[in-house]
Amino acid sequence: MDMQVAKKKLGLKERYAVMTRGLDWKPSYQKMEDIYPYMAYEGIKIHDWDKWEDPFRLTMDAYWKYQAEKERKLYAIIDAFNQNNGHLNVTDARYLNTVKLFISGISPLEYVAHRGFSHVGRQFPGPGPRVACLMQALDEIRHAQTQVHSISNYNKYYNGMHDFHHAHDRVWFLSVPKSFFDDAITAGPFEFMVSIGFSFEYVLTNLLFVPFVSGAAYNGDMGTMTFGFSAQSDEARHMTLGLEVIKFILQQDPANVPIVQRWIDKWTWRGYRVLTLVAMMMDYMLPKRTMSWKEAWEVYFEENGGALFKDLARYGIKMPDCAAQIALEKDHLSHQAWSTFYNYAAASNFHTWMPDEEEMAWLSSKYPNSYDKYYRPRMEFWREEAAKGNRFYNKTLPMLCQTCQIPMIFTEPGDPTKICYREVDYKGDKYHFCSDHCKKIFEDEPEKYVQAWLPVHQIYQGNCFPEGTDPTVEGFDPLAAVLKYYNLEFGRDNLDFDISEDKKNFAEWRGQATKNV
Amino acid sequence: MSTVFIALQTNEETRPIVEAIIQDNPDCTVNEQPAMVKIDAQGKLVVRRETIEELIGRPYDLQELQVNLITISGNLDQTDDEMILYWNA
Repeated sequence: MDMQVAKKKLGLKERYAVMTRGLDWKPSYQKMEDIYPYMAYEGIKIHDWDKWEDPFRLTMDAYWKYQAEKERKLYAIIDAFNQNNGHLNVTDARYLNTVKLFISGISPLEYVAHRGFSHVGRQFPGPGPRVACLMQALDEIRHAQTQVHSISNYNKYYNGMHDFHHAHDRVWFLSVPKSFFDDAITAGPFEFMVSIGFSFEYVLTNLLFVPFVSGAAYNGDMGTMTFGFSAQSDEARHMTLGLEVIKFILQQDPANVPIVQRWIDKWTWRGYRVLTLVAMMMDYMLPKRTMSWKEAWEVYFEENGGALFKDLARYGIKMPDCAAQIALEKDHLSHQAWSTFYNYAAASNFHTWMPDEEEMAWLSSKYPNSYDKYYRPRMEFWREEAAKGNRFYNKTLPMLCQTCQIPMIFTEPGDPTKICYREVDYKGDKYHFCSDHCKKIFEDEPEKYVQAWLPVHQIYQGNCFPEGTDPTVEGFDPLAAVLKYYNLEFGRDNLDFDISEDKKNFAEWRGQATKNV
Repeated sequence: MSTVFIALQTNEETRPIVEAIIQDNPDCTVNEQPAMVKIDAQGKLVVRRETIEELIGRPYDLQELQVNLITISGNLDQTDDEMILYWNA
């Protein structure tokens, strides 16, 4: 880019003031509480909205200019990537499963984020946060669109991505990211800002985008790298919005502090649970690894998040309690998650596999305290069984946590040999939880979480079969019916990578790309 | 002092920017990662417009950084002349 820089008549601070607060007006014939009806019920007190300022001081005119430049760059690269059969340059076809995970698990959330920020942007009386939310709403829909455009090229060649949005709303494990965002957008505007703007964007998003995108680059996926970095360039602004909003709320009234602390505790844990998918992606799904989940957690959460909470201490905010449990889980999370997906490969929209010898050695070196002791023997056993023709597919549906909706696979903090179960009786029903933190979130707002759409319950209630299915006929195969409902094809979109069409086609096409046929 | 950082895409546009950051923050640490460069500094990091302009030989608007920015850490304050990342504690 070689942009002409015109001589500015106003400095950045004045320009920002004119283009945000300067465009606002006081209503004269409607009451403020009628125009902004959601401002009071969460208990957050704001005395002066003008105290909020975007430290980037980005105004809409500059926003359009830089976003347009990002789009031009992105689409030029996507075209070149597609024209050049770039999909054949990825390290190996296993990598594509991370793309499937992304398009069905993450991209639909970008769209929901767009809706969420449009909503809160409308609801905040302050012009500063309103303009920043408007920008973020536009960013988020841009992310959804550019991800769909970039990944559509992969969909021409590989399985499992053909109906990602349908899958997002139905497939069992996709209820984890989906319910996370549904939880956020059904909260009030301030909680939404703390959940997505602060906890997700500021505290956790680096763990999603930086390793994922750097990993994509490392694995030859120029398409994903490009949309990823294009999206990430907006993320820095989102993180800043999240941090500024939280500082602003805390400065406005001391009564806000305990409310905000409760939200931070809740949403750090909720977000961390969703990142389980990223943990296994980093440790198991990237053929060429950049860093382990544990290393990424240490850099981006423990070090960076530690600095953040130290900085927020002067407002009376402390590191969420769940950080202690997360520190205990970092040696185990990705292994427990990948084992689960290996089990349930018959019911998902991507393929799984067991790591080879060299990959296991990498895992041993990155997880010296846990991998060889707890996980390697299990994985070697599965690998041996698969070699004998007994590839294990678990057909029993798992019990789910009522809050995070993840199967109850996690172990007791400090004892990786014992599954962690918690339960609560509420109005005559029993609810199950994967952890003390998910249990506490439920206990704080039971009326919200009893409504959870839990895929396993829904399957057992007969709500996840195609219309007209009769589950009482002899020889009824529930898995086959559920896959039909998911719009996934048995033997094509699911099962082990080793026997997949993706693997076969990729090898054949890559062969064609390097010699005359 | 806590660490602040800025991460930029690795490309021709950011090369002189990274150079300018190193000049203005001599104690910073530069981590080259696949397709990106992450610059860490203790407590405070400053990106100065003038230094970048000297290196690229043309006027530069610091908001152009938006195009190649990946992530930042720390409180931010941006003016026409500089972008500062800092922790208070």
